[in-house]
Amino acid sequence: MAIFINSDSKVIVQGMTGSEGQKHTARMLASGTQIVGGVNPRKAGTSVDFDGTSVPVYGSVADAMAATGATVTVLFVPPAFTKAAVIEAVDAGVDLAVIITEGVPVADTAQFFAYAQSKGVRLIGPNCPGLISPGQSNVGITPANITGAGRIGLVSKSGTLTYQMMFELRDIGFTTAVGIGGDPIIGTTHIDCLEAFQNDPETDAIVMIGEIGGDAEERAAAYIKDHVTKPVVGYVAGFEAPEGKTMGHAGAIVSGSAGTAQAKKEALEAAGVKVGKTPTETAELMRQILNG
Amino acid sequence: MDLYEYQARDMFEKHGVPVLPGIVAETPAEAKAAAEQLGGGTVVVKAQVKTGGRGKAGGVKLAHSPAEAEAAAEAILGMDIKGHTVHRVMIAAGAKIAEEYYFSVLLDRAERRYLAMCSVEGGMEIEQLAVERPEALARVAIDPLVGIDAPQARDIVEAAGFPANLKEAVAEALIKLWSVYEEEDATLVEVNPLVLTEDGEIIALDGKVTLDENAAFRHADHEALEDKAAADPLEAKAKALDLNYVKLDGAVGIIGNGAGLVMSTLDVVAYAGEAHGGVKPANFLDIGGGASAAVMANGLDVILNDPQVKSVFVNVFGGITSCIEVANGIVGALETLGDAATKPLVVRLDGNSVEEGREILAAANHPLVTIVETMDGAAAKAAELANA
Repeated sequence: MAIFINSDSKVIVQGMTGSEGQKHTARMLASGTQIVGGVNPRKAGTSVDFDGTSVPVYGSVADAMAATGATVTVLFVPPAFTKAAVIEAVDAGVDLAVIITEGVPVADTAQFFAYAQSKGVRLIGPNCPGLISPGQSNVGITPANITGAGRIGLVSKSGTLTYQMMFELRDIGFTTAVGIGGDPIIGTTHIDCLEAFQNDPETDAIVMIGEIGGDAEERAAAYIKDHVTKPVVGYVAGFEAPEGKTMGHAGAIVSGSAGTAQAKKEALEAAGVKVGKTPTETAELMRQILNG
Repeated sequence: MDLYEYQARDMFEKHGVPVLPGIVAETPAEAKAAAEQLGGGTVVVKAQVKTGGRGKAGGVKLAHSPAEAEAAAEAILGMDIKGHTVHRVMIAAGAKIAEEYYFSVLLDRAERRYLAMCSVEGGMEIEQLAVERPEALARVAIDPLVGIDAPQARDIVEAAGFPANLKEAVAEALIKLWSVYEEEDATLVEVNPLVLTEDGEIIALDGKVTLDENAAFRHADHEALEDKAAADPLEAKAKALDLNYVKLDGAVGIIGNGAGLVMSTLDVVAYAGEAHGGVKPANFLDIGGGASAAVMANGLDVILNDPQVKSVFVNVFGGITSCIEVANGIVGALETLGDAATKPLVVRLDGNSVEEGREILAAANHPLVTIVETMDGAAAKAAELANA
């Protein structure tokens, strides 16, 4: 088992024929993902060769789904076109849309999220690395060779901290690692992932990585206290971030006294979550729980 | 990007929100001329800073004549308000205020939609009102697919408890403020206070607007709103090089890839610094995913030019970024800088092509470069070198 994606997931790529889309489609295929099609109305009927694997290009998400049975889409579409692409995918009836694109206007995200929610479609991202169920499926840009399948679930706002934590715990491995993204509005939250990991029989423990901005970590802490019985360790980035400055991620900003790393750490600890001071120390806490 | 009050005022006016005339001035003489242009009567001279509490700090003065406006500007310009130097004042027409109200619309991150807040008890700090009299602050969820249309505006006005004779005028102002929010791609539009004048008019007296920088591609006019002169020179240089950089006060220069990992690197350095004289990170610099050697070299160039930097910590986990590129960037930048490079570099690489990257650095054998295998170990080394 894993959450959200597994070896049965059939995936199409919106923006596959662009340079980022091509590069990452090749990587996803190489890591065993069932990439069954791409979407580009101007190149419908053609196909793209990825090291011997030919992937057909369809004119629309609906056509691609009808022809392939895909239920998952991953988007490498420029910010200006992301909203239209997500709405197309929602209208076509995908189960899950993973939006890698960074720089999407938050008003667009607010709109396509509201629309997707009204149709029961799960979004992950935008501005995220996607998710990987090692050995089964890799949807997005996470390097597949860091570690393999195991019994830890990981949820993180940050891509590189996801990679770092997978690397730190490579001896144990992961059911699924989800990079939920660093924008102010994201389709899938820490809580969504905590709930899914709690319900996944193969996940024994959860690492939750947060960062400054908003109160998602505080809300996740409250959720953990009430609903999560599996051990959770946490890490929060951004203690040194000054007030009022955006730290790389559009959502990573301390506003007045709101959104600080200290408040998030305290909320998690109050919910019984052990919080590490560094990624390495956090990994060590997890190792102690699983080996102790 | 936060706007100055005068910029928010101009934007409100553009969208038909009722505002009072206001003119920005950078010198006392300009302030005097502005007061004359506004009719020579009573004006308010207001410090333009992107922080609250300017009234308490003496940054808002009433002036009854152009000469008084000049004197007030003289007193306010150059003033420091919570670390912000005042470079501009706005000369605003005076208003006879009967009542003060509050309105804002902003992003509700938790609910993933918008939130309108409105109160008939304006004027005070809204955070204070929210804590002390939460029942006096109406909170109304706004559906991003609908926005604040006429029925929604009426709901807000109703929830806030405006008197019947004002409901229509206030609702109309809220719809126009929503058009500022929507059409300008704002993430915050706040009016505090929204006032009723003695003449019975509803006026947005002070505005705060935050614009979404991700939407800049569809607002060619927003770039002109940026206060380039106020930016830190190193931040300006980094921005010109398309680098994601924030200047901090410490002595350990930081370069990493990915916002989360770089934020984490700052924290780990400060933590390690506790054992090394309390040294802190000097900056945030994210060279991003898939960074090339040239980007690495640009990043080093910015950081080595920061006189506060005593050591540099390059912390890269190669996901998409190849450690080969990172290593070549470091070696290339040090070659270009030659004798100008005098600060020690601690490099920690992991992930994509890490062995090759480390080999490139080892082969270059630059006297300033130390390779440390772990993130915590490298942070300790960089802190130690900055404290030497």
